[in-house]
Amino acid sequence: MTDKEIIEKINTALAEEFELDEASMVPEAHLFDELELDSLDLVDMVIVLEQAFGFKIREEEEIRSIRTLGDIHAFVIRKRHQRLQSS
Amino acid sequence: MPVNRVVVTGMGAVSPLGRGAGALFKGLSGGKSGIRFQPETAAVPGLRSHVAGRVMDVDPKEVPRKYRRSMSVGSLFAAVAAQEALIQGNLPENLRTRKDFGVAIGSTVGSVGTLEGFFREYFSGFCLERMRSTLFFKIMNHSAAANVAQILGIRGRTLAPAAACSTGCQTVGIGFETIASGKQRFMLCGGTDEFHPLFTATFDIMNAASTRYNKHPHRTPRPFDRDRDGMVCAEGCGILLLESLESAKERDAPILAEIAGFATLSDPSHIANPDAASIVACMEACLENAGLKPKAIDYINAHATATTEGDAAECEAIRQLFGGATPVSSLKGHLGHTMAASGTLELMACIFMMQQNRMIPTLNLDHVDPVCGGIRHVRRVEEKSLQWILKNNFALGGVNSSVLLRRFNRDG
Repeated sequence: MTDKEIIEKINTALAEEFELDEASMVPEAHLFDELELDSLDLVDMVIVLEQAFGFKIREEEEIRSIRTLGDIHAFVIRKRHQRLQSS
Repeated sequence: MPVNRVVVTGMGAVSPLGRGAGALFKGLSGGKSGIRFQPETAAVPGLRSHVAGRVMDVDPKEVPRKYRRSMSVGSLFAAVAAQEALIQGNLPENLRTRKDFGVAIGSTVGSVGTLEGFFREYFSGFCLERMRSTLFFKIMNHSAAANVAQILGIRGRTLAPAAACSTGCQTVGIGFETIASGKQRFMLCGGTDEFHPLFTATFDIMNAASTRYNKHPHRTPRPFDRDRDGMVCAEGCGILLLESLESAKERDAPILAEIAGFATLSDPSHIANPDAASIVACMEACLENAGLKPKAIDYINAHATATTEGDAAECEAIRQLFGGATPVSSLKGHLGHTMAASGTLELMACIFMMQQNRMIPTLNLDHVDPVCGGIRHVRRVEEKSLQWILKNNFALGGVNSSVLLRRFNRDG
């Protein structure tokens, strides 16, 4: 899966779960301020990403520093690459 | 003695007769039935009752996701009905968000459908990895009250009385007492319930659900009728906006009726079987609450769900306390038993009847069962000046409730 395909898969999963307008899903979009998500949504976002990509990320410290959609893209791409390297 | 008089200034509904109080009143006035064949129960082996009253015209998407994500279907009904009540009550937002504006909204069970979904996942390998953070908010006993408070920005009391089929009248009674004692100025009160086969099964197993009219849904339930064979489970929500008379006058609100009395008493004789003496005690206590004699009542809106024992016990109680002259009807023939919502949906209908000076008859009452005789059944639409109406609401578990409505007169 290319990085572009990963980003598309993330955006599709989040758009469906949180009923986001795809036009608003730009990398710099702030999750709270612009996409209007909140702390409960972030919990569910982890569940949605775990289901979409088949990995476990709930305990990852890095999740707490995620602020924008682009942060999510970068985090998931990094996790995917780490997984491929370790397998 | 109450400090404040309490009036109804807004009403909202979703019911098997359609969306909105207007659809409810139109359906009742036209003798319409909201009961349909129910494939969901017909598909359940062993379940004999295949009819239900469902809400057909509420789209979840009309509630923003931020609020909808924590709502079960019952909470959604309550949110829609509450918003209608506020619009009718002409209530500005600055009054709604004061700390003296509260809610009392209850349901029989938080959300059986949501619990079913949870346990389906749970028993599939005891896996909770897909459980969403908002699940619990849908199944809490006070889910509907809390969700309505959230979406409307309520800052006063959030109460969630739960007494199954007696919930609706209890919410109004508690709202009435809360405002009468000066603790709140406004209360949004109501019962809400969403259909699930569990409800039908509960009554079917006790031989108290209608099973003989699956091919003729409009002919059941049949309150007081000799051919009645049990209740029909239904869903919906009725919300009343209550406020102090002083407040309603001050803001020139539309005053629809006055809540003049309330009683809720326990019947410890049996967990399931109704008892006429206990019903008499409850109706008497309600009248005493307003300092009224039985002969003052112009019309009684019965609980009467069309069960063999329940209808007979309520008739016996009415006979004992009121004799055979006070008109009585039940609205379960139109609506089915909307459970927690029945008390408030039917109170709304009583207010409508009071405004119209017209009594709505019991649907499907073709031949009065002799054990339901000796009282004055309303068999067709009748004109009558309605000053005082008594509404009954009873529940499994031995919880009886009665609410007294009075026509509001500006001069007294």
